[in-house]
Amino acid sequence: MNIIIVGCGKIGALLTEQLCMEGHNVSIIDLDRDIVKSVSNRYDVLGVVGNGAVSTTLIDAGIEKANLLIAMTGKDELNLMCCLIAKKISNCQTISRMQNPQYSKQINIIKEELGLSMTINPEYVAAKEVAKLLRFPSAVKVETFAKGRVEILKYKIPTDSKLQNLKLYEISSKLNCNVLVCAVERGQEVIIPNGQFQLMEGDLISIVATPQKANEFFHKLGVVKGKVKNIMIVGGGGISYYLVKQLENMGIGVTIIEKNEERCRFLSEELSKAVVIHGDGINQDILDEEGIKNIDAFAAMTNLDEVNILMTLYAKTQANAKVITKVHTITYSDVIESMKLDSIICPKNIVAECVIQYVRAMQNSIGSNVETLYKIIENKAEALEFIVRRNSEIIGVPLEKLKLRDGVIISCIHRNNTIIIPKGKDTIQLGDSVIIVTKKSGMDDITDILEK
Amino acid sequence: MNYKAISKIIGLVLKFEAAFMLLPAIVAVIYQERAGIYFAITMFLCLLVGAALGLVSKKDTEFYAKEGFASVALSWIALSIFGALPFYLSGEIPSYTDALFETISGFTTTGASILSNVEALSHCMLFWRSFTHWLGGMGVLVFILAVLPLTGGYNMHLMRAESPGPQVGKLVPRVHKTATILYGIYVFITVVEIILLLIGKMPLFDAVTISFGTAGTGGFGIKNDSMAGYSDYIQNVVSIFMILFGVNFNAYFFLLLRKVKNFFRSEEVLTYFGIIIVSTIAIAINVNSLFPSFMKSLQHSLFQVASIITTTGFSTVDFDVWPEASKSILLLLMFIGACAGSTGGGIKVSRIIISIKLIKKEITTFIHPRCVKSVKMDGKVIDDETLKAVSVYFMTFVLVFLSSVLLLTFDDCDFITNFTAVSATINNIGPGLNMVGPTQNFGFFSGFCKYVLMFDMLVGRLELFPMLVLFSPNTWKKKQSA
Repeated sequence: MNIIIVGCGKIGALLTEQLCMEGHNVSIIDLDRDIVKSVSNRYDVLGVVGNGAVSTTLIDAGIEKANLLIAMTGKDELNLMCCLIAKKISNCQTISRMQNPQYSKQINIIKEELGLSMTINPEYVAAKEVAKLLRFPSAVKVETFAKGRVEILKYKIPTDSKLQNLKLYEISSKLNCNVLVCAVERGQEVIIPNGQFQLMEGDLISIVATPQKANEFFHKLGVVKGKVKNIMIVGGGGISYYLVKQLENMGIGVTIIEKNEERCRFLSEELSKAVVIHGDGINQDILDEEGIKNIDAFAAMTNLDEVNILMTLYAKTQANAKVITKVHTITYSDVIESMKLDSIICPKNIVAECVIQYVRAMQNSIGSNVETLYKIIENKAEALEFIVRRNSEIIGVPLEKLKLRDGVIISCIHRNNTIIIPKGKDTIQLGDSVIIVTKKSGMDDITDILEK
Repeated sequence: MNYKAISKIIGLVLKFEAAFMLLPAIVAVIYQERAGIYFAITMFLCLLVGAALGLVSKKDTEFYAKEGFASVALSWIALSIFGALPFYLSGEIPSYTDALFETISGFTTTGASILSNVEALSHCMLFWRSFTHWLGGMGVLVFILAVLPLTGGYNMHLMRAESPGPQVGKLVPRVHKTATILYGIYVFITVVEIILLLIGKMPLFDAVTISFGTAGTGGFGIKNDSMAGYSDYIQNVVSIFMILFGVNFNAYFFLLLRKVKNFFRSEEVLTYFGIIIVSTIAIAINVNSLFPSFMKSLQHSLFQVASIITTTGFSTVDFDVWPEASKSILLLLMFIGACAGSTGGGIKVSRIIISIKLIKKEITTFIHPRCVKSVKMDGKVIDDETLKAVSVYFMTFVLVFLSSVLLLTFDDCDFITNFTAVSATINNIGPGLNMVGPTQNFGFFSGFCKYVLMFDMLVGRLELFPMLVLFSPNTWKKKQSA
């Protein structure tokens, strides 16, 4: 597909990279010459310098043949303008970033009036992600499939865990629990394991299970952290705002620490139940004073990545709490990974994932059959949900007889509202929704999992 | 420096060269020439070395501008080294230095020859000689980019290093697609020329080789008198196509998109045609007395102007005997060269336009010291970096030029010969004046001077910097982490 991305900041650049790798023809538009230059040097894209809301600039970028325009500048109004003009020139679909909370109530009117296909609020989706994590504190990361009936959870095997040195085929017998390990991260390596694979301490495993089964699994391991009852959030930005709104509905007690007094006032006006503290989270005394020792969860959400990381590390020493760190700018992912920060939230990744899911869905109508897609491990493994719509050589064959490609695992079959965590004797039937996990990206059809 | 990535690319280039050599081999079979066997041998060598270089592990994907420049420069050197083998092995060009000179002259689309008797070569050698022009014109790596979808940071760096002009832009988002479009236009115009020449009753072999020479703006003839022996019709067709191949290919892309207005709004293309018209008329008047009619003089004047400005280097008459004024105009045209993004060489019309505008701007700031003015082309502001790059290009060009002239003086030829020899090679034209005039050749230079000129040809074709990057010790530093 031909895609135009307006605004090549952090999110725009990440989208450019991922859409490019998925094989789309991408043009980028940005006002800043240097940004355009550096992005078009790194990726195989057409770079145009200019204002994306000006028709000549859009034409230079090839709007006439574009299928999709993604406006990702920091200004909502400019994004809408881009989409509007683009829509007038060609009949492409448009995605706009909208992050001003004041517009959020009228978002549906805007969408309808301007014919937008999708609006995305980076702060809101990030907040949703954090809330999901707080619901399931044992896991590092949670993704849902099959309309919430299946979850993929990431869990790091701690020292002295029951899982240690266990072979995968022994899990169901020893723990008496039906879950499937679909991917393992060991150091830098990503492994799609088979039954003989032996787990080790420090492995980051991704498991597929229904929510109940997952709960059971964590219970049997004896690692269930209790339900989160109170949380301390440092930094009162947009993400925190949306997050607290959701947490208040869940009945979780919230303490927000924010250093800007005016912002504190705004938060206290907007958020009825949360305790708003005016102070700088980098100051250890304040965290101590607000009772960091007694919290169930800690979220570092300031705009400074380094400060967030430091505070999380401190919180981990003080309390046995679920910690969540926002990392937005820093790219040294390997280093961050090695610091054992539990869950990391990266708003730009979440936004990119949302947009790419949409793009995949658009392609669906063109020929790909991917229903949902999640990057389980950034750029290294992804989970795809296919719906088997037509007859193929896969149907009715026991899974153990299928010749699968290397690094592909069928992790779940969803048939008539029942979830099957498949074994070798199971088969795929017409109309099933199948979740596969793979190291190879760019699969378009369920038959792509077969060896060719 | 990522040696593995570079080695992979050179390996790829050699494998492609082996594939290219299939064509002259087929020609040898058609004409039943024994020399064809040497192409087979060279193909085998290319494949062997290419495969060996391609063996390196794939994992390392680090590829930046530096690697792009270095691998393009080294690829061209490797291409020439292996491309020269058939000439040398067959004994048709007995000295390897000469064979290398001929091949580099071919790939860089210079068309300077060391052969005094071209007609003595076998058909397959003549074909290969002209075919190198065609390949070198648009670029071998651009060809590879068009055929193989390379992924990652590779492609743009390669394309930028190989394509001529101050600003290398893409036509469509993907490099692969852009390269395919460029080669598509290139092949199309070449085929049209071959057909038109065939209509003019030119033999097929001549039509194909001459078209290759025109398309790449190279200028290797297959007759000792270059183009003089052909009919007026053929000469006129070749004049027109030389001019067409000197136009920026991006402009043709606009025509493809049916944006005719953009084609005629391109300042560079307009200036290019302007220069051709003015100098053709000026020379025609100047040399009128040498020809029976003004039309005849206009025809020859146009051919020579087209041949020199597009840096092709065919000739229909010996312009070395023309009056000084005409020779001087031709000498100036040598430096101007064709449009950026065409197959021609020289400094490029767009660089000339930009620098003249820059001079105008400087003069304005002398008169109005506080004046703020930006340099524009085609209505778009040219950023400071491009302006700087153009100025630096000029400086470097002059430096390389003068040092080459200095080095040539050790051969004890006269100044005009040395000056025009360097000019003819660095601008990828072919013939110069005096001892290297259109009816002469470069065979008399000493081995050392030939190497200097070979270097000049490569420097000129790759627009100075890719070759010069090879001389910087920093380029060769291994990466720190390794």
